[in-house]
Amino acid sequence: MNDIVISTFAGAIRAGTPLLFATLGEILAERSGVLNLGLEGMMLMGAFTGFSISYITGNLWLAVLAAILVGGLMASLHAFMSITLRINQVVSGLALVFLGQGLSGFWGNAYVGMQANSFQNLKIPLLGDIPYIGPIVFNRDILVYIGYISVPVIWWFLYKTTAGMNLRAVGEAPDAADARGINVILTRYLYTIIGGFFSGLAGAYISLAYTPMWVQNMTAGRGWIAVALVIFAIWDPVIALIGAYAFGGISVLQFSFQILQVPIPVNIMNMFPYIFTVFVMLFASSNRIKKLFGAPSALGVPYSREEKT
Amino acid sequence: MKIKFEKKSTKPSKVSIFLSSLISILIALVFLGFIILSLGDDPFEAYWQLVSWAMGTVPGLIQSLVSMMPLLFTSLGVLIAFKMKLWNIGAEGQFQMGAFAATWGALYLFPNIHNPWVMIPLLMILGAAFGAFWGFLPGIMRAYLGVNEILSTLMLNYVAIYWVNYLTYGPWKGPGSYNFPITAKFPQSAILPQYGSGGLNFGIIISIIMAFFVLYLVKYTKFGFHLEIAGDNLRAGEYAGVNVKKLIILAMVIGGAISGIGGMAEMSGVLFRLQPNFSPGYGYTAVIIAWLARLDPIATIVVSFFFGVLLVGSQQLQLFMQIPSSLINAFNGILLFSLLASEVFMRYRIKVVRS
Amino acid sequence: MSEKILELKNISKSFSNLIANDGVDFDLKKGEVHALLGENGAGKTTLMNILYGIYKPDAGEIFLEGKKIDISSPRDAIENGIGMIQQHFSLVPSFSVVQNVALGLKELGIIPDLSKVRKRIVELSNRYKINVDPGAKIWQLSAGEQQRVEIIKLLYVKSKIMILDEPTAILTPQEAKGLFETIREMTANGASVIFISHKLKEVLEISDRVTVLRHGKVIGTVETKGSNENDLARMMVGRDVVLKIDKKPSHPSKPILKIENLHVIGDKGIEAVKGVSLEVKGGEILGIAGVEGNGQRELGEAIYGLRNYTGNIFINGSKVRSGDVLERIKNHVAYIPQDRKADALCGGLPVYKNLFIKAFSSPVFSFNPYLFYPEKLRKPAEKLVKEFSISTSSVDQEVKFLSGGNMQKVVLAREIESEPKLIIAVHPTRGLDVGAEEFVYNVLLAQKERGTAILLIAGDLYEIFNLSDRVGVLYEGQIIGYSEPDESHIEEIGLMMAGVKNEDKI
Repeated sequence: MNDIVISTFAGAIRAGTPLLFATLGEILAERSGVLNLGLEGMMLMGAFTGFSISYITGNLWLAVLAAILVGGLMASLHAFMSITLRINQVVSGLALVFLGQGLSGFWGNAYVGMQANSFQNLKIPLLGDIPYIGPIVFNRDILVYIGYISVPVIWWFLYKTTAGMNLRAVGEAPDAADARGINVILTRYLYTIIGGFFSGLAGAYISLAYTPMWVQNMTAGRGWIAVALVIFAIWDPVIALIGAYAFGGISVLQFSFQILQVPIPVNIMNMFPYIFTVFVMLFASSNRIKKLFGAPSALGVPYSREEKT
Repeated sequence: MKIKFEKKSTKPSKVSIFLSSLISILIALVFLGFIILSLGDDPFEAYWQLVSWAMGTVPGLIQSLVSMMPLLFTSLGVLIAFKMKLWNIGAEGQFQMGAFAATWGALYLFPNIHNPWVMIPLLMILGAAFGAFWGFLPGIMRAYLGVNEILSTLMLNYVAIYWVNYLTYGPWKGPGSYNFPITAKFPQSAILPQYGSGGLNFGIIISIIMAFFVLYLVKYTKFGFHLEIAGDNLRAGEYAGVNVKKLIILAMVIGGAISGIGGMAEMSGVLFRLQPNFSPGYGYTAVIIAWLARLDPIATIVVSFFFGVLLVGSQQLQLFMQIPSSLINAFNGILLFSLLASEVFMRYRIKVVRS
Repeated sequence: MSEKILELKNISKSFSNLIANDGVDFDLKKGEVHALLGENGAGKTTLMNILYGIYKPDAGEIFLEGKKIDISSPRDAIENGIGMIQQHFSLVPSFSVVQNVALGLKELGIIPDLSKVRKRIVELSNRYKINVDPGAKIWQLSAGEQQRVEIIKLLYVKSKIMILDEPTAILTPQEAKGLFETIREMTANGASVIFISHKLKEVLEISDRVTVLRHGKVIGTVETKGSNENDLARMMVGRDVVLKIDKKPSHPSKPILKIENLHVIGDKGIEAVKGVSLEVKGGEILGIAGVEGNGQRELGEAIYGLRNYTGNIFINGSKVRSGDVLERIKNHVAYIPQDRKADALCGGLPVYKNLFIKAFSSPVFSFNPYLFYPEKLRKPAEKLVKEFSISTSSVDQEVKFLSGGNMQKVVLAREIESEPKLIIAVHPTRGLDVGAEEFVYNVLLAQKERGTAILLIAGDLYEIFNLSDRVGVLYEGQIIGYSEPDESHIEEIGLMMAGVKNEDKI
């Protein structure tokens, strides 16, 4: 029984880590006022790039770096489309998903069924020996630890630094930020691309640590769940952490259920994260809640100094 | 140097819309060419393979028409919601629910109906009802709770797909399927009229009739007029006395019903049995088709056929050049980007300013 | 005479279809208040947006203290000591006052020391007697308080040149007096102020010189001392402005609109209308005065059914349901909202469709909902365009390309076409030039003659004086009192707008 508890919680953290990265990145992008629905596409490209580079070079860190860069590259396409050309961010995000699915499927076809280097667990001395907590939290791979650290760092950045204050102002009142000499366009480009970096990292985690292999469309909608998680988290990195691990928990529940022989078919359990997402949105979507917690009110609205619509 | 956009003070003409769509396709093909090159294949040969059989031979054309049918249904389904600027990405799920409902009816609900004149309409209603229900859920959540319909429709797509998986791997696994996840074959009464052996079936005709019905609906009715008003400005819609909440739900329900009928037609007209992954993402491609057709139901017929050709052609590519068929997804993505960009060039005058 | 601190030479700027500034020259002396006077749409704000780096001029030069400077962004302007308070405030609603003042400051470093900023704010507010709570969040503040935050922002960075765009539009007459005192204090400390306005009286009161703009051109610059209201008005409009308004005495008939104890929740979740009761009779115009943000919008929307409420509303004697617009339209209620573009028009649709967006709601039409040819609307639309002299290239023109005045005419044409028994008009002339304003006034007065009941909710007291037969004052969601719509009562109305009741005075 203990083993199941530990493996469930550990699984929740592992499954939640890619969600966490993608959600954190999207929080930054959306805080600047850019809605990027293309997470699924960027994650897929990140997963594919990470896996293929690891396969070719055997160098994991190079693979992760490449995945991050590819995520950023795709995000910059979205940034150009939505910030400079000011086209509909919803459709541009969708196009990014198609592009990511297509390219990763096309180029990744050759890698299906291959083996590549992957991240191994790294026990942290002392902390890793704490009963329960140790094996769950402190005996994970290094990317999970990066996830832990990212949350307080981003929180501190958002609420305590000048740059974070500027970022929030740009997403909430771009004209006010502009009138105070903050470069709205540059800020939006920057954080959209940083958001892409995180999505690339999220993808790399899936193909290099979570299920170390390459499968077509292996992100399986996690990018979309991350978009929903941003709403759930009301654009706050700490709530994002809770949400991501909770979702991770739901998606690994099926393994624990199987061990416990709970008579629910796998395909029904596979629905849980998606149904849960819908339920979460039921509660997180009210405009009252969004206003109360400072949702970026200029989200999805392109900014132009001369043309106010 | 700075790029500046100046809004043009007139609407783009029909000719310029058509030309820009054409140019978008060309640009997308150029980019796609480079991608094909990246695997060392010859893009020109690939393009030839893509269209030569699918458009140049009778069986190929028939195949393309057969592929057009689900695309047309789902595109018409999303088109109605798009008119109102509702991002219904749920055609895939609605389509799958329609297919599920048709299978349910044909194999389990009406085992004693042997008359196709009764059976087919029943299945169609069933498919429409379940598609509609799958549109109703995100519709009501959006109307009353403000739940983002993109996410809710997408999540419901996954739920529908796993539902079909569950049934075909489990309780509905057919006899004699050699343990493959596939249901039994539809009885003769549940099969749409077939013409020849190439797959031509009555469903294609229904889909084209449906396009004209949607044309009527969006252009010549109060419903369509209100869609147009609320699509342009939701608040102005409320101001004009339109029940916007009802309209949102209605648009999602009607769209879902059409996609659901599409799923039914795919079952009764083409596949005759339910299995996992029976749709190669028709409902997602539909988003691009509707956009490319600029939400015009008649143009949607043409564009759906074009994408039917691409789909059939991409299978040829895989067969003869071993080029992965997910290439089509990449093409869709690039095409959508170039379409969006062309939109900008039509609506704005672009100036390069030295500073 | 003191030296020129700023000079704008030959500034031109055009947008795709109109020339906003056409060879404008303008200068500012140290320590003066220079008013920029002109009608709505004359190009005042455009000119100042160029000075502040928001717009880039097509031609022209800017000289600061004799040196030519290049301003291509607000940052450049701020660095050159130029500050601007725009009509729509540049504040971040969820930020505190301190954070808003700190935003964009160069000296902040990586981690801002907000306590230092707070200390300076307190210093400044004491010195200039500007009352603000540095810890308050912007969204909690009234418009007047937000304006004070904007002033603190300018003072904080020691702006030498301060541009104020229509600053009194959101203030009570008394608050405006307070603002003027602050302005004088600032000029006494060496700042120079550009004061944008279209109100003659306040320009005469506060400024040292006046430059008048009309259709993007400078008509002239005069010393305020030697000038008067009539001269300025003639320069501003190009003709004598005796608004040809023919307000006839009212002959009220039976009550058309009756409201009992209306309570409405506003967008922030706080009660915005707190127990309003009123009555408007056929053939009379009831004006509702008040500083913006005291529940005007919510009141109008609740009566028209766009917002839920508690309490009772009767139209023509029968009770109507909360939140049911259709029922209002069926009862011949017309509504002219304050933000026509956002609330009453479909910018992307052609004029002819906009004129008939109530085709299936209004009782005067009977179209077949199952067979409807929008093309058939063209002819009647053309008739309306002519009747209301809407200036548009054709009825197929998208509404977003029309000028503000013509947009308002589209709204009016549509609302009048449905033979209203009650009109709710909220700020019906906002942003319109004198010609369009006159048109709106005459349409409303003609409707009154017809026996229509009109509820006019407006911020501009003169508009209310020009039109209404009675005037009530809305303060913090309540009708605080009634008065006569006459200039002689302006003091009394002003006090009520600030929350001082009639009885309190005595």
